[in-house]
Amino acid sequence: MVPGIAPDPTLTLIWAGIIGIAIFIYVVTDGFDLGIGILFPVLAPGGERETAIATIKPVWDANQTWLVLGGGGVFAAFPLAYAILMPAVYAPLIAMLLGLIFRGVAFKYRARTSRIWLWDFAFFAGSTLAAFAQGVILGAVLQGVKVAGRSYAGGWWDWLSPFSLLTGVSVVAAYALLGACWLIWRTEGGVQDHAYRMAGQAGAASIAAIGAVSLATPFLNHDYFSRWFEAPGLYYSAPVPLLVGVTALLFIRALRRRAEVAPFVLAELLFLLTFMGLGVSIFPWAVPGQVTIWQAATAANAQAFMLVGVGVLLPVILCYTAYGYWLFGGKVGAEGYA
Amino acid sequence: MFDDVSALALARFQFAFTVSFHFIFPAFSIGLASYLAVLEGLWLKTGRDVYLQLFRYWLKIFAIAFGMGVVSGIVMAYQFGANWAAFSDKAGPVIGPLMAYEVLSAFFLESGFLGVMLFGLDRVGKKLHFLATCLVAIGTTISAFWIIVVNSWMQTPQGYAIADNGQFYATDWLAVVLNPSMPYRLAHTLLGAYLTTALVVGAVGAYHLLKDRKLGRSAQPATKIMFAMAMGMVAITAPLQVLAGHEHGVNTLKHQPAKIAAMEGHYESHDRAAPLILFGVPDDANQVMHYKLEVPALGSLVLQHDIEAPTMGLDKVAPENRAKVAFPFYAFRVMVGLGVLMLLLGGWAAYNAWRGRLFDGVWQQRLALAMGPAGFVAVLAGWITTETGRQPFTVFGLLRTAESASPLAAPAVAASLIAFIIVYFFVFGVGTWFIIKLMGTEPNPEDKGPGKEQTVDVGSLPPDAPFGFQLAE
Repeated sequence: MVPGIAPDPTLTLIWAGIIGIAIFIYVVTDGFDLGIGILFPVLAPGGERETAIATIKPVWDANQTWLVLGGGGVFAAFPLAYAILMPAVYAPLIAMLLGLIFRGVAFKYRARTSRIWLWDFAFFAGSTLAAFAQGVILGAVLQGVKVAGRSYAGGWWDWLSPFSLLTGVSVVAAYALLGACWLIWRTEGGVQDHAYRMAGQAGAASIAAIGAVSLATPFLNHDYFSRWFEAPGLYYSAPVPLLVGVTALLFIRALRRRAEVAPFVLAELLFLLTFMGLGVSIFPWAVPGQVTIWQAATAANAQAFMLVGVGVLLPVILCYTAYGYWLFGGKVGAEGYA
Repeated sequence: MFDDVSALALARFQFAFTVSFHFIFPAFSIGLASYLAVLEGLWLKTGRDVYLQLFRYWLKIFAIAFGMGVVSGIVMAYQFGANWAAFSDKAGPVIGPLMAYEVLSAFFLESGFLGVMLFGLDRVGKKLHFLATCLVAIGTTISAFWIIVVNSWMQTPQGYAIADNGQFYATDWLAVVLNPSMPYRLAHTLLGAYLTTALVVGAVGAYHLLKDRKLGRSAQPATKIMFAMAMGMVAITAPLQVLAGHEHGVNTLKHQPAKIAAMEGHYESHDRAAPLILFGVPDDANQVMHYKLEVPALGSLVLQHDIEAPTMGLDKVAPENRAKVAFPFYAFRVMVGLGVLMLLLGGWAAYNAWRGRLFDGVWQQRLALAMGPAGFVAVLAGWITTETGRQPFTVFGLLRTAESASPLAAPAVAASLIAFIIVYFFVFGVGTWFIIKLMGTEPNPEDKGPGKEQTVDVGSLPPDAPFGFQLAE
């Protein structure tokens, strides 16, 4: 063995945190981009749709990049987990990629075509497919995959289950909620009125979905159950559902008072709480029940090498990302930025 | 239908298909981003509106090309895990961090400033906007650097050790990054991207010059400038590219002689004065080149600059380690042939410019128009040469392609392959059509820049276009 190649427990923990943060930033930023796509059919062609697109046009590409960091980070820091999980979620993964292709090009194409209905449909279908597939992937990973040696050993339909379909639908609902709340914040007048109504409906669906997934998860395997319902796991996990409930109530109140920023912030907070709940369920597994993050970790010198890059570049990235949001901030009318 | 085709073959075809489609866009956008930075810089420096017209004209095309590059690139990021899980597990500890650096140092930079570049000119002012354009251009170049590092390490690995579990580990990151073929491959790839862009820009300029001549109009200043800049770029980069390609070949001979043997079609070794095979029909089964047309002794001269130098043939390579000759052999000839045409195009343009009739050389312009797509073909042929020449390995000499694939059944890979083919041809076909349509228009002479009067392209969308499946609110 070469010195420095044995995985380092602390670096591994740091990298699990970095990837968790990258995936979280992806979910809460591209979540509202995809959410707007999901809501596209109920937005009126012309004014409402152009306004909605204009609010995300300058930032969606940067938002999507966090997905590349999340996936690339798993590859780089936990190659064994990446090698096991990607074939396990093969079909939904390919579906997500194809969905993102349609969503991404629709931004450009719809401005250049006389068949705008076609690319509006591609924007809706691509966004919805990508969101649904992301939810299915989440469910498929949570419910566990078969492993033999260093590879995936299950079939290529193993990902499909009532649970993974439930998580798929849940992510669609939750992204729609983010999209509606983003529109409340960034638009005014008729579009905003419409966004309030959509946020109410998507909010109800999301809270129902969070409840359903939360109830189903502990019964997937014994380990999740003991974490959630038995001491000492209970002490860490109990506050999460309580906080979800409080946040949901605050969210409903914010909508009733027609607050403009609060619904978005509270919806993001709901995501943070469910994300933490998922963390309680999964940690420290990279592949639930099979491979821990320490078993999947790459060499210490690889994680250290990358950490230098993250330490230097991530603050810079966050600065110019924030600058981009600030630059294109404020209320957006139908004319957009073009 | 796929019973007799292995999952491995399908996975290889899928990677070749998705990566070839993907690379078309960066090959263009790397050069175009730099061209846009030059145009905007010239506009800031001279204040001439014609540079802004050109900037705006190519920016619209860049936006579409870049968008297609991004979405097809995300597929590549996940393709490693999906179809090449064993490779990801084993090579991940070395190439994973390199790709993470690509995301951190390039993808965020590009995507973060693309919004400013596309929509921000009126908001941030000229200088900050120029900075954004430069950062996007720098981002595309950094991205090329890291992915070339990854590919080059797979071709000429060093600075690694192999652990008991089969995983590669870096023992020296600097050695990994500065692996022997990296500088040559990087130079060759970047020059290829600049050349590809110059050929496209030149073809568009030539098209409008020829069209104006046919219609009896005088050409716009913007058209003349883009044609002249592009031809100047071809005249400079084509010879440089020949030089870079030659040096790359010498480097490959040193580190991957088996690949050179396949590219050159040398089944037999030669003690001295190896011939240069210009053309032939390779026959792997019998290890013989049929119908060959060759120049005696030139093979030893070209790559080794010594007629007495011995040349290794595939007979010195163990049969199970030989690449299939046809791919690198033919692809290499396509690339070199197009390279010669590019040299000719650049030289002809330089001659016409020297004679003061660059804008009147109708046949030179016709050649420039015909060679618009030549860069893409050459770049893809070059990649086919180097990638198929590396076979049957993913990490040259160390990890076999057959041991790199995911444990997937053939129908799964076949289904995703069909989906990719249908979606790519449709989506990227439409995007290419939009780009060609944009190229068919001339730069807008009314473009005056922010603050001055300008015509805004609002597109042609009907206010209540049918959606087909409108849902009730």
